Amino acid sequence: MQRIVILGAGTAGTIMANRLVHAYRDRIAGGLLSITVVDHDPRHLYQPGLLLLPFGHYQPEQLVKPKQRLLPKHVRSIEARVDRVDADASAVVLENGSALPYDLLIIATGSQIAPDETDGMTGPGWREKVFDFYSLEGATALRDALAGFQGGKLVVNVVEMPIKCPVAPLEFAFLADDYFTRRGIRDRVEITYVTPLDGAFTKATCSRELAYLLDEKRIKLVTEFSTGRVDGANGKLYAWDETEVPFDLLVTIPVHKGADYVGRSPGLGDEMNWVLTDPHTLQAKRAANIFVIGDATNIPASKAGSVAHFEAELMAENIERFLAGRAVEPSFDGHANCFIETGHRKALLIDFNYDVEPVRGRFPFAWGPVPLLKESRLNHLGKLFFRWIYWHLLLPGRPIPGVPARMSRTGKRIPAPPAPASAAPAPAASEPRTPAGV
Amino acid sequence: MSTTVPTYHQLDLDAEGFLQKPEQWNEDIAREIAAENGIALTDAHWKVVRFMRDRFLSTGNAPTIRTLGKESGVSVKELYLLFPKAPAKLAAKIGGIPKPHGCI
Ligand SMILES: Cc1cc2nc3c(=O)[nH]c(=O)nc-3n(C[C@H](O)[C@H](O)[C@H](O)COP(=O)(O)OP(=O)(O)OC[C@H]3O[C@@H](n4cnc5c(N)ncnc54)[C@H](O)[C@@H]3O)c2cc1C
Repeated sequence: MQRIVILGAGTAGTIMANRLVHAYRDRIAGGLLSITVVDHDPRHLYQPGLLLLPFGHYQPEQLVKPKQRLLPKHVRSIEARVDRVDADASAVVLENGSALPYDLLIIATGSQIAPDETDGMTGPGWREKVFDFYSLEGATALRDALAGFQGGKLVVNVVEMPIKCPVAPLEFAFLADDYFTRRGIRDRVEITYVTPLDGAFTKATCSRELAYLLDEKRIKLVTEFSTGRVDGANGKLYAWDETEVPFDLLVTIPVHKGADYVGRSPGLGDEMNWVLTDPHTLQAKRAANIFVIGDATNIPASKAGSVAHFEAELMAENIERFLAGRAVEPSFDGHANCFIETGHRKALLIDFNYDVEPVRGRFPFAWGPVPLLKESRLNHLGKLFFRWIYWHLLLPGRPIPGVPARMSRTGKRIPAPPAPASAAPAPAASEPRTPAGV
Repeated sequence: MSTTVPTYHQLDLDAEGFLQKPEQWNEDIAREIAAENGIALTDAHWKVVRFMRDRFLSTGNAPTIRTLGKESGVSVKELYLLFPKAPAKLAAKIGGIPKPHGCI
């Protein structure tokens, strides 16, 4: 009997459970293989909906479904919190002390916000004038605060990278512009976007094509701001070097971390509890029989549901190879694909991977091509449609028509490489992926 | 032989002078970059630069200022004294690794 254990039944864990049951139905029925899923939280949250919820688009209960309904029948599911992974013994220890041995482990415990990591953030003013929208509670409280906001300084702040859905904070600023315009009080609201990076757009093509958005929407920009602490009582955000940004309403994206049990599992993760993972095979550096998917990894890919979906397809193939005793393939290319809301019923689409930056062109969805890196109504509909895709195609592990797991170059206007062609495929982004012993 | 060793500005750099190929880096290059930014490298600087570089090479991600403060053995306050204004960015530049960026 081959025992597969999946930790976490969020986006990635649910996709993998569905894919594996589909692939191994017969072996499961014949008692040759078992799949067990562990998660302490019975609710599945559609996280992309958290971006729109504060602006009154959804009711909180529209974003939540029972996990049980999303998992296939042929898995055993355990409602418990993981306490640690004992990689040497190939066993997971649950918080109630029981051990769950595995032949193959899939880690899909995602990322969580850690507002306590920033001084003062959860002190006076927390959820009164200091909000996150990366949790259902935070987004719902923020909705009420926005509804009562009559004017003043709205600051949208990213504390540090990495965060999940890295464009969501900027989208939030765009949507806030739209929201206050619709309420007729845009002139009374000053919107400032505060980022630790050196621009709202940090990739050459994006800053060239999209810089106009901030001017057009009258969003002020503060760059290279490394948030050190929050003073909610006095409405001030401070950087480590004591520069300050005043606010009446702060919408902050707190520090992100991997799950706590990673820190209690020797050699599994780094100090932020991201699991050390090979960026191409998606195996944990700690042990070859541990695969890591979704937000939980430390790989330099975006933390997004679309990425988990692409990873899942390739991971399922590698798991097949692994179970058959064959070598796994370094197939994952960092592919990400996402719609970016720009407000006023428009959105952009970006599609990129480890080596190719987002570029202009047309993306060949099976339903018809849509523009890349350019605002359009069609893309806004695509973003809304994503909720349907999420529940009905993504989680069940079905392919999304026209969207392959590895990035396609079709339709993209990819600039020719500046340097003369060399034999070595060595773009900057691929360098660090060597698991160097340096 | 010694005349063929390339200097900082002969390497592959981005518009802001960050190395695009971390493997072109060596300690002399680091001293050159530091000097251009008004820094004479001390042991404390090296500690931070090496931490930054090792972490990037093994994971593909450059540590943030908070991580540097927690893990590199140098406090955030000290980091600002060693690398004025933008410690994480300067340490990355001197360590020969690409500039931290987002996905767009
Ligand atoms: C505001 C917002 C907007 C977003 N927009 C988009 C978008 O437009 N497009 C897109 O593709 N992505 C988007 N995302 C990102 C997307 O939601 C995540 O990347 C995706 O959900 C990651 O999947 P995951 O399975 O890795 O983690 P999750 O879905 O977060 O699942 C992790 C699971 O692990 C469980 N778990 C954690 N710790 C333990 C433990 N110790 N024991 C047992 N179980 C545990 C949790 O309960 C959870 O069920 C957005 C995210 C946010 C917050």
